[in-house]
Amino acid sequence: MGFLDIQNVTKSYGSVEVLHRVDIEVQEGEFLVLVGPSGCGKSTLLNMIAGLESITSGDISIKGRVVNGVHPSKRNIAMVFQSYALYPNMTVGQNMTFGLEMHGTPKAERDRALKDVAKLLQIENLLDRKPGQLSGGQRQRVAMGRALVRDPDVFLFDEPLSNLDAKLRVDMRTEIKKLHEKLKTTIVYVTHDQIEAMTLSTRIAVMYQGYVQQLGTPKEIYDTPANVYVATFMGSPAMNVLPAKVVMHEGVPYAQIKDAGGVEKLLKFSQANMSDWSGKEILLGIRPESITDPDGADRNSNNIVPFRNRIGVTEPAGADTFVTMELGGIDIVARMRADANVGAGQEFDFAINMDKAVAFDPKTEERIKP
Amino acid sequence: MAVAEQDTAVRTGGITRAFIYGILLLFMFFYLMPLFVMIANSLKPLAEITGGNMMALPDTWTAEPWRQAWSSAQIGVEPTGLKPYFINSILMVVPSVAISTVLGALNGYVLTKWSFRGDKIIFGLLLFSCFIPFQIVLIPMATVLGKLGLAGSIPGLILVHVVYGIGFSTLYYRNYYAAFPTELVRAAMIDGAGFFRIFWRIMLPVSGPITVVCVIWQFTNIWNDFLFGASFGGQTQPMTVALNNLVQSSTGVKEYNVHFAGAILAALPTLLVYIVAGRYFVRGLMAGSVKG
Amino acid sequence: MAQRAPEADFRTRLQEWIPKLVLSPSLAAMLVFVYGFIALTIYLSVSDSKMLPSYDLVGFENYAKLWNLSAWWTAVVNLLIFSSLYIGICTAIGLTLAILLDQKIRGEGILRPIYLYPMALSFIVTGTAWKWIMDPGIGIENTMHLWGWASFEFNWIKDRDMAIYTVVIAAVWQTSGFVMAMFLAGLRGIDNEILKAAQIDGASNWSLYRRIVIPLLRPAFLSAFVILAHLAVKSYDLIIALTGGGPGRATELPATFMYSYTFTRNSMGIGAASAVIMLMTIAAIMTPYLYAELKEKK
Repeated sequence: MGFLDIQNVTKSYGSVEVLHRVDIEVQEGEFLVLVGPSGCGKSTLLNMIAGLESITSGDISIKGRVVNGVHPSKRNIAMVFQSYALYPNMTVGQNMTFGLEMHGTPKAERDRALKDVAKLLQIENLLDRKPGQLSGGQRQRVAMGRALVRDPDVFLFDEPLSNLDAKLRVDMRTEIKKLHEKLKTTIVYVTHDQIEAMTLSTRIAVMYQGYVQQLGTPKEIYDTPANVYVATFMGSPAMNVLPAKVVMHEGVPYAQIKDAGGVEKLLKFSQANMSDWSGKEILLGIRPESITDPDGADRNSNNIVPFRNRIGVTEPAGADTFVTMELGGIDIVARMRADANVGAGQEFDFAINMDKAVAFDPKTEERIKP
Repeated sequence: MAVAEQDTAVRTGGITRAFIYGILLLFMFFYLMPLFVMIANSLKPLAEITGGNMMALPDTWTAEPWRQAWSSAQIGVEPTGLKPYFINSILMVVPSVAISTVLGALNGYVLTKWSFRGDKIIFGLLLFSCFIPFQIVLIPMATVLGKLGLAGSIPGLILVHVVYGIGFSTLYYRNYYAAFPTELVRAAMIDGAGFFRIFWRIMLPVSGPITVVCVIWQFTNIWNDFLFGASFGGQTQPMTVALNNLVQSSTGVKEYNVHFAGAILAALPTLLVYIVAGRYFVRGLMAGSVKG
Repeated sequence: MAQRAPEADFRTRLQEWIPKLVLSPSLAAMLVFVYGFIALTIYLSVSDSKMLPSYDLVGFENYAKLWNLSAWWTAVVNLLIFSSLYIGICTAIGLTLAILLDQKIRGEGILRPIYLYPMALSFIVTGTAWKWIMDPGIGIENTMHLWGWASFEFNWIKDRDMAIYTVVIAAVWQTSGFVMAMFLAGLRGIDNEILKAAQIDGASNWSLYRRIVIPLLRPAFLSAFVILAHLAVKSYDLIIALTGGGPGRATELPATFMYSYTFTRNSMGIGAASAVIMLMTIAAIMTPYLYAELKEKK
């Protein structure tokens, strides 16, 4: 049993079920990120853990105590909101200690906790200001401070970085990560940003249409996505998913694909059990970084397939150059080294790392497991 | 009203601009004229009105009509002046405004931050009740006030004004609180504050502007009410009803100057509010018309 | 298996009930004093109530009687004349003043409050003032004579056929400034970029207003119409103070009709019937508007 247990939890509004049988066990000190597009149910799930929304069926328990129906303030949780939700009429200090005050903590103790947290977050000089006088990043810190002061069992974060500008977002992301590594707190963190999910989490739950599509470590999610949705949602640019046919050649399975010129080409699978799909259509998933110029190919791979194709468009992006080309009848993206010598319309020799390719059943869109 | 940047202004020549100013000034006179007539004539002896020009300033200035209107003019059968009625109005308006505002604030808070199934319907019903013609409730109200023993009393009028004032005060606070981030309420819930504590510590401290708007609106409406005062006032009539009695009395000489002084007395509190807090008054009017 | 929380949870459940408890007095008051009373008045309108409420049903007799009364017809016709002129003129003046005031006028800060202050007054005060201003003996007519315009005549307030127009004048004086404020707010709310685009497209001043600005003011027109229409139907105080319904019955409106039939002519059933018709008129105007506003809000 986990530290935070979500067992068979569903949520319905009237007759509409918006969250379907969610099962997640969070261990103490874990950083769980719920990620998905808007409307996937991630915020609903977070609010249910917080007690801000009721649980239709199933149980949520924290530290072995079922908290269904328990008032949010009695779950020993703290929450950081997207808008920070700082009380505009109180100073930073009052904001941070309001929760302790409500719980009847004596003044001296409140002040001590406030001082510790303010020091930790380096906001000691802001304590007498009103939220209106703070910058976005400072408000963000105060919101986190308010949660930390409570010293709760579980921290809940609801898209806490989405109101910050791009640079500040990256800084704060690092800071949250550091904080977690230092304090070893248990965190459930909601975001729609897959990069935040990858960088911060110890585990990720990818959610879509009210279902947890996959629950796993960032590496599992990235390398072995459970289905086409997870594969394309996680990673930027998105994984290329193209239709292919499995053919056998000298007893080895190959993916047969039309190149930009309409010529059928063969890519050798690393996954032996693909021979079961011989003669059938599949969806082949290849991440952009697995299609490179030969010099950029992964040296540790056992199965680099050379592949000549006509380049559509090149997009230099500084650190890398992205190449768009036609493969299997759709546009796919490849990732070159920045100084790869490529130009639009040119025939070019690519290297495809088939070790990293994944195959999906076109009917269920589930990954075909090796 | 906020004076935003004006790019709707057209580029115009001198003649057109003179014409625009001409029309605007003309309307200024139209709106000011009755006020001028009332003030000027309230300071004249009666003979100067009946024999003279309404638009002229007094030849002989006198405060006598004001004194009479306030303390000795014949209202109905008693020569009491408007003073006791002015007091009636104050006694009626202050509690009515206070109660309806407090209830409106609580209702608005519940309807926006503690929404439940059916709250939209309740708000719709409240909203519609702001606009009903009060003739539709006069007969039952007369009966009920009689049964409660409140007919012809200040508490009776307070009850009436509170009941029919809740709609508007709820509307104001609801629209104001709807724009107030719900996340703050949720944060306070997690922090352990309950329903009233959140209202007191989080909502009320930021409710200043809408409270001013609501108080001004309720004050103006209730002070200016005539229908309920005339129907249920009995012996404790408010100022508007007394003024009408003064002006319409058919006995004796019509003392126009006293009437004008009385009219200004009746208008004074709301005018004062308008002059002091006109901005909020306008905001209230607009909020009452554009429900958004 | 995890243990159940023992306090699952009195406080949470109480917190769910408190909001409803807080709302309930207002809700009860509204249900009784507004909707209950409306139901009761509807009931009285089909009863044989005379001086006191009576609960014997007579069907639609009162409505039939009502529509056979010439006084009611006078009131209805007066309301039609009054409301159409009142709404039309207020809108015209309000829009004109708003557009003119929006031309970067010096002294706007002084003019605006002057246009609007009548709205703060009681209709009784407005009526009292205009009653004497329009009185031929001491008012405008007298003033014009004294200023040397001997043939000037303005005695509408004493004229059965014209008296209803004096009500329009006083009502327009009171409300048109408010309509101005609504339109001005509408004008100031228009996106500047749209206007810049139109100017770049070469729209003249006239066509800028006719083709772009006024169509964009549609919501303001709608709000103004609804507010003015409901004020017109409810007009009562102004009539009492200005004309007392006279001369004769020439300026009776449904609101004054209802009052006199119910409380002075001992025909409560007929009075109730007229009140129901007033309510239905306002409901017909307000309901679609409120419905649309509430929907939009979501």
